[in-house]
Amino acid sequence: MKHLISTLDLNRADLEQLLDLADKFAGVLRRPIPKVPALRGKTVVMAFFEDSTRTRTSFDLAARRLSADVVNFSVSQSATKKGESLRDTVETISAMGIDAVVVRHSSSGAPRQIAQWTDASVINAGDGWHQHPTQALLDAYTIRKRFSALDGLNIAICGDINHSRVARSNVDVFTKLGANVTLVGPKTLMPPDTSDWPVELASDLDEIVRDLDVVYLLRIQQERLSSGLFPTVREYRSRWGLTTERAGMVSPDALIMHPGPMNRGVEIDPEVADDPRSVILDQVAAGVPIRMAVLFQVLGPGQFDPVTEDNGQVHSGTRSKSTPTSDGERLAATNQLEEVS
Amino acid sequence: MTTYAFVGADVVDQGGRRRQDVVIDGSAGRIIDLNPADADERIDVSGQVIAPGFVDLHVHLRQPGNEAAETIETGSRAAARGGFTAVVAMPNTTPCTDSAPVVNEVLTLGSAALCEIKPSAAITLERDGKTLAPMGELVDLGVRMFTDDGTGVQDDQLMRRALEYASSLTPDDGTEVVLSQHCEVSALSQGGVMHEGRWSASLGLGGQPAEAEELMVMRDIALSRLTGMRVHLQHLSTAGSVEMVREAKKAGHPVTAEATPHHFTLTDESCSSYDPVFKVHPPLRTDADVAAIKAGLADGTIDAIATDHAPHTPDSKELPFDQAPPGMLGLETALALALTELDLDIDEIVRLLSIRPAEIAGLADRHGRPVQPGEPANLVVFDPDGEWKVERTGLASIASNTPFHGKKVRGKVNHTVYNGELVVRDGKATR
Repeated sequence: MKHLISTLDLNRADLEQLLDLADKFAGVLRRPIPKVPALRGKTVVMAFFEDSTRTRTSFDLAARRLSADVVNFSVSQSATKKGESLRDTVETISAMGIDAVVVRHSSSGAPRQIAQWTDASVINAGDGWHQHPTQALLDAYTIRKRFSALDGLNIAICGDINHSRVARSNVDVFTKLGANVTLVGPKTLMPPDTSDWPVELASDLDEIVRDLDVVYLLRIQQERLSSGLFPTVREYRSRWGLTTERAGMVSPDALIMHPGPMNRGVEIDPEVADDPRSVILDQVAAGVPIRMAVLFQVLGPGQFDPVTEDNGQVHSGTRSKSTPTSDGERLAATNQLEEVS
Repeated sequence: MTTYAFVGADVVDQGGRRRQDVVIDGSAGRIIDLNPADADERIDVSGQVIAPGFVDLHVHLRQPGNEAAETIETGSRAAARGGFTAVVAMPNTTPCTDSAPVVNEVLTLGSAALCEIKPSAAITLERDGKTLAPMGELVDLGVRMFTDDGTGVQDDQLMRRALEYASSLTPDDGTEVVLSQHCEVSALSQGGVMHEGRWSASLGLGGQPAEAEELMVMRDIALSRLTGMRVHLQHLSTAGSVEMVREAKKAGHPVTAEATPHHFTLTDESCSSYDPVFKVHPPLRTDADVAAIKAGLADGTIDAIATDHAPHTPDSKELPFDQAPPGMLGLETALALALTELDLDIDEIVRLLSIRPAEIAGLADRHGRPVQPGEPANLVVFDPDGEWKVERTGLASIASNTPFHGKKVRGKVNHTVYNGELVVRDGKATR
């Protein structure tokens, strides 16, 4: 796996391999010193063209837990505001000698474009309305922890589907892992054409809420209100919000999820966010091992030597263009994680 | 007197297709009645086609204002290499072509070009949709087509007034003034960077529904009925638009229409690469729309093929898809795409690329003419079976934003004659 740009590039086996790998890294994170030298000598650039606190922190932590060098390229105040082309910006970052670039961008497709202009691996940390692959992976990981598998689960994703990269990634990952997905919300927040999406559509949350194993709520942006996509927050909450009353109809075994940050009192009532069925903080926690798994899968074990730990090699800081490892070697390196730290 | 003869080709024009040698008097700029054997030079064009030079109703030459992307000179060279002997330059220049000084600048620069540069001018000042440009003054300078291209005139009342006012401007040369519309209701297309449909849904890009175009096509047909004025509808891209124009013509309304090669060749699926070279307004549509455009070109509903040649510098197309400007090159690939993609006889293609657009642009006294002695020598000579591969680096335009890079096409322009001058010879511009 050279890049992680869209979940559409992954099949079920790829997804399960990443989730299994995340399980191993979760074990590392439970140790007194939660760090392994797996990516020592690798340089990971955080190129966040759009502000993000939690995703950036999570990726940053994941990379550091793997001993990679992390560089922040703060773009929102940088060159792209001055009219520099995306290509020039990317080529500038690349020229410094890096192994991976984690990209957050407000424009759909930017990571795909960036991958054409750099030899580094590109990891999509969310692009426009398009994809947020690691969010979908950590969500699947969280669900799998609770239900052991997603096969046959009934999952509703509720809210602003059209403007949501989380929804697009999650629909793909959840359905590939065997879940039945229903999209719920007013027509104004639905994609214009979902005829080739493997989902059901519903406009009435109450009709389906009792049969759900997972209620997944999306954040409602204030700008959707001002652009007339629904009349009032009050009306949105009463029809599509997970109110306390509606949460009472949800199965006691179900999970309540949200990618954050929440608008308490809009898409989710405050008490519901703190309900025992809510796994919203588990989702955040799952972010680190998932992103470790992705970084590891993309960058390979690199200079990590399980025997001597510090083998004294000098690192150029640039990534070899040849495929660094076979799957077997990667697996071996992963298995060694228990023995080193 | 310098004379030269094209020998061995078929002529295709209003009179159909026939074997005919053509002799040109270069200094007089006319086709003459002379035995080819007596010409100063004979050019063997066996197996090729000689036709009246093409006329493009819709090009962006970027001058004045964005000479890094194209100039009138380089755009005219691209036009000549594409077989065009006249092009209508769109007014979205900087400053906007909405005043006599800018029209005069375009005309002056155009006088040295490799094809005729016919400026169009904006309907409203600054193309802002609010105040009429001094149309009468610009008609006196030779402008015959007015358009706010890039945006449609949103205000129904203003568009009605523009049509009515234009109808009282009657040029001495007997040609008509025509208003030409970029059909897009901006309230409905707002935020849309590609066609709204299954591809925009999965790519997470904002869509422009087909109806954003169709609503303005519908309105302009109604305004044409109300005012009795001719309306020319630019770059039709949807099946619904084609059907409405077909019905309007049946009902006798004076509506004309054009379509671009990219709208009969490409679909919205192309956008899945997120390469902004495929970003264009109106956007690339669906297979059904492509089929409808082809049918409209075949049955005469659509009068002309126009390229909407829109050069952009590389850095402006190396932005994210939603931020990049819309538009693609078209002049040098138009004939080849027509021959490759359309199932039409060559005389039909000559009608779409030359005869009808010359009439619509008010150029029919010197372009789109029969190929016979006494006529102005504005001609194209092409090999309808010549195969070639489009290369973005091999084009005469300064910009390289062709969406057809790497595409194998059929139909090669070998020679272009403008005003008697051989401006393209063996596929190469002579100056």
